Amino acid sequence: MSSLVKCPHCGLRPREEFTIRGEVATPRPDAGADEALWFDHVYLRDNPRGEHREYWHHSGGCRRWLVLTRNTLTHETSDVVDASTLKLGERA
Amino acid sequence: MTSFRIDGGTLIDRNDVRRFTFNGEVLTGFGGDTVASSLLANGKQLVGRSFKYHRPRGILTAGAAEPNALLTIGRDGRRDPNTRATMAELFDGLEARSQNCWPNVNFDIGAANGLLGPLLGAGFYYKTFMWPAAFWEKVYEPLIRKAAGLGRASYDPDPGYYEKCWAHCDLLVIGAGPAGLAAALTAGRAGVRVIIADEGVQLGGGLIAEGSPVGGKPADAVLADIIGELHALSNVEIKKRTTVFAAYDDQVFGAVERVQKHLPEGEINPHRAMERLWRIVARQVVLATGAEERPIVFGGNDRPGVMMAGAMRTYLNAYGVAPGKRVALFANNSQAYQTALDLEVRGIEVAAIIDPRTCPNIDYDGKARLIAGAMVRDTAGRKAIKSITVRHDDGRDEVIAVDALGVSGGYSPIVHLACHRGGKPVWSDAHVGFMPPENTDGMTPCGAVAGKAGIADCFADGGVAAVKALAELGVMGEAASLPGVEQTAETVDHIQPVWHVASTKGKAFVDFQNDVAASDITLAMREGYDHVELAKRYTTNGMATDQGKTSNVNAIGILAENKGVSPGEIGTTTFRPFYTPVSFGALVGASKGMDFQPVRKSPLHGWAGRNGAKFVETGLWYRSSWFPKDGETFWRDSVDREVNTVRTKVGICDVSTLGKIEIFGADAAEFLNRVYCNAFLKLPVGKARYGIMLREDGFVYDDGTTSCLGGNHYFMTTTTALAAGVLTHLEFCAQVLWPELDVRLASATDQWAQMAIAGPRSREVLSKIIDDDISNEAFPFLAAREVSMFGGRLKGRLFRISFSGELAYEIAVPAGYGESVADAVMAAGEEFGITPYGTETLGVMRIEKGHVTHAEINGTVTPADLGMGRMVSAKKDDFIGRVMNLREGLVDPDRPALVGIKPKSPSDKFATGSHILNPGEDVSLANDQGYVTSMCHSPTLGHAIGLALVKNGPKRHGEEVVIWNGLAGTTVTGILCNPAFVDPENEKLHA
Repeated sequence: MSSLVKCPHCGLRPREEFTIRGEVATPRPDAGADEALWFDHVYLRDNPRGEHREYWHHSGGCRRWLVLTRNTLTHETSDVVDASTLKLGERA
Repeated sequence: MTSFRIDGGTLIDRNDVRRFTFNGEVLTGFGGDTVASSLLANGKQLVGRSFKYHRPRGILTAGAAEPNALLTIGRDGRRDPNTRATMAELFDGLEARSQNCWPNVNFDIGAANGLLGPLLGAGFYYKTFMWPAAFWEKVYEPLIRKAAGLGRASYDPDPGYYEKCWAHCDLLVIGAGPAGLAAALTAGRAGVRVIIADEGVQLGGGLIAEGSPVGGKPADAVLADIIGELHALSNVEIKKRTTVFAAYDDQVFGAVERVQKHLPEGEINPHRAMERLWRIVARQVVLATGAEERPIVFGGNDRPGVMMAGAMRTYLNAYGVAPGKRVALFANNSQAYQTALDLEVRGIEVAAIIDPRTCPNIDYDGKARLIAGAMVRDTAGRKAIKSITVRHDDGRDEVIAVDALGVSGGYSPIVHLACHRGGKPVWSDAHVGFMPPENTDGMTPCGAVAGKAGIADCFADGGVAAVKALAELGVMGEAASLPGVEQTAETVDHIQPVWHVASTKGKAFVDFQNDVAASDITLAMREGYDHVELAKRYTTNGMATDQGKTSNVNAIGILAENKGVSPGEIGTTTFRPFYTPVSFGALVGASKGMDFQPVRKSPLHGWAGRNGAKFVETGLWYRSSWFPKDGETFWRDSVDREVNTVRTKVGICDVSTLGKIEIFGADAAEFLNRVYCNAFLKLPVGKARYGIMLREDGFVYDDGTTSCLGGNHYFMTTTTALAAGVLTHLEFCAQVLWPELDVRLASATDQWAQMAIAGPRSREVLSKIIDDDISNEAFPFLAAREVSMFGGRLKGRLFRISFSGELAYEIAVPAGYGESVADAVMAAGEEFGITPYGTETLGVMRIEKGHVTHAEINGTVTPADLGMGRMVSAKKDDFIGRVMNLREGLVDPDRPALVGIKPKSPSDKFATGSHILNPGEDVSLANDQGYVTSMCHSPTLGHAIGLALVKNGPKRHGEEVVIWNGLAGTTVTGILCNPAFVDPENEKLHA
């Protein structure tokens, strides 16, 4: 687990300021989408040994949701972006 | 003072005489002494008893690795058990006690365990206590607890203050021996921010105990110069008495600084921390932690008087304490010969140096007799060593009378911090030790931890390491050098590994603290536990509070020797924080007592207190739960009165703890429409609406009201419990799911004081303080808007909403005005008989009305289960939970659903959590029909009422059921009914 997280808005901050939600799920399906897509989105999560994309909330800071790419084996964090970029596509 | 205190001692101040007690006996020492050095000066070689066999034990080391000399120091709340005497500084009035002995350290009944030795060997926990199983709790465990164990913790609270801090630096230097000092000097001169931390009282490490001159100058003078320069550098922060105990990810290091642990009671500043827990963020690290001298495993190697050769040197040179009067040394390396020279200089007889090497390749010119190619196989003496038995290379035994034996089996680099992040140490045949991992990103090992020996080599290596670290920081540096010291070619000592003396007689200890002998390790191997991690757990080697600092490598050596492989092939066990024990006080910091967690007080807390409220903790909040009046001795007396007053007159209740979220933005309405399951798109300005929020899996998450206060401005309330959770959820929706929506959220929970004014007279009360027309026509049910108060002096937000089922309003005013407004409401309501009421009354009235809370919204219910299925919009394309809420199992008509329940006989009572059964069926969960979620005494109806989730409940009103309390083993006949016990037609609400 990282001890410091580089929030794209606040800089390097201690882990205690953040809340972890878990793996970045598949995108939220359309209401009319296949049931299997919805199950994936709501329930299915991977637990890999290696690179893992996770939702982290800077709950004790700017209160932005972030996507953190973290290696579960080495604890190395390779990337942190604002989660809105998942859908909007540009870096915050 | 006894004759063990001799001349010299760079750390002690002979003018500062300090008194202390050891097991009640008054002794003296000097300022600068440790408890260990002053005990030795007083001739106290026996200081404790061992863990398992209660063998007499003395002081083995002069530092952090001490396995034997664990004492309980201090009394009452300041009592610290398991304190290493070698680390505890002596202060005036210190009280120290031996542990693990009864009745006393000199005569210990538990020593009989020594006779039971064969029963207590490796794996004895697993073998001895396997059967009969019933014996474990009654016989074995009490027996083990009585016989074994270390010091006992105090039951008194520690009066000391502890704190936690962060520190940041460019370069962290861990360890202030020659290598660390050189690194700090080099980096300090280069101008970067340096923190140098050392667990010792003084900087210096090996320099402190150095008896010989360095570069022609006395070692202590050289050290004083270095320390002087470091102090003069404003960019260098020196942390003494600070143990860096852990290396965490992202170059964060844990350290504990002992700030006032060395002071007598009278000198402790209560406003200063006793210990300080540091988290140090370092861009680069120089690891200069040194090396631990290893004991040798031979018969009777645990007898008091047997000590590490290096520790002898420290006691001699730093504390002016003679380890004995006739000393022998048993060493497989050349560094130990320095101890012999220093002993001789101080006039202490060195009886013999026993060296297993046949050709000790050294230029020793001392007086002591050198016995090459020999081993010590046994020691004798009851409570202290009297003699050693030497096995010569020709097989002959010789007994030599000594009163102390210095031992050195080589050096184990202190690699812990280099391995905490998962790196594995690497075996080196040349150094006969495990070296730091090759890839220590951001951390440069140097000095003894990197295999260097001697002051000059270590100092030079520290400078080089700092230059390397500086380069990583993009700074040029020049390695510091010791004046007058010529850098000679590095010499590597030829150490002959001796893991276990084969001719050993008697018990040869590997792990002193856990009483693990060499025979235990070979037994574990014979029984198949030959993997290093298994052997550790089977024998408990390395599992004591010292974590095997003096024992692990010897155990690995013995395993390797017996398997015929290199210790590198055996490998080490995993290194984990903490390097040395850290007190709970330091870990807890300031978070204790009232500061254990924050206290949240409503803006109306003071008002409630003045009105006699009894408070209840709900989460961090202190909420007013009821308001007893004179003569009311039982909480329900007050609650019954409060309910009756609200139902017939009027009451005021603090609801400030509800979560409040301001929502703005052009898409705010669309956003609300997507997060609530019911429609919100067309909520008009000036109106409030009750909303249900689902989780994406279709179950109910939270409920509350949201009001439209302006075109793009909404105000949401949540339940108290989920105030933070709902905001986090909404932020996730707004930022992750629908970042394209124009919506902004802000918590306003603490900004508003909000109070409910409920009861048939509530309008009359509020009309006296609100300027606007709030008649039923002008301000109907679910109206919500800003109002003017007190003749225009204050603006508030008025909502016509009701949790009680009465004609009711909630008024919100800026938090700072809360108490004044509540006082004004009380004054205005006096003529109508107003009462303040608390959360208990709130609960009773909502059950009477059939309103749900998180007792019902328990994560397993759908809106339909709560009787609100029709609220779930069928028209909206999408909202959180829409798809999953339609799953087969969630629309099953047989699902437990909300129903009221009352006892058939009005005098009967029942409990929340009771299960519902059909009459005539067996009392068993197999026949379960549902359960009671909430229950109270209804003062309005005069009997117990409840809410329950019962299969098909809404279709079973009037049906007789059995209410089964499985815990109490009782049953009561109940009747299912409409959950709205009071005013089911909502006439009061709309009055």
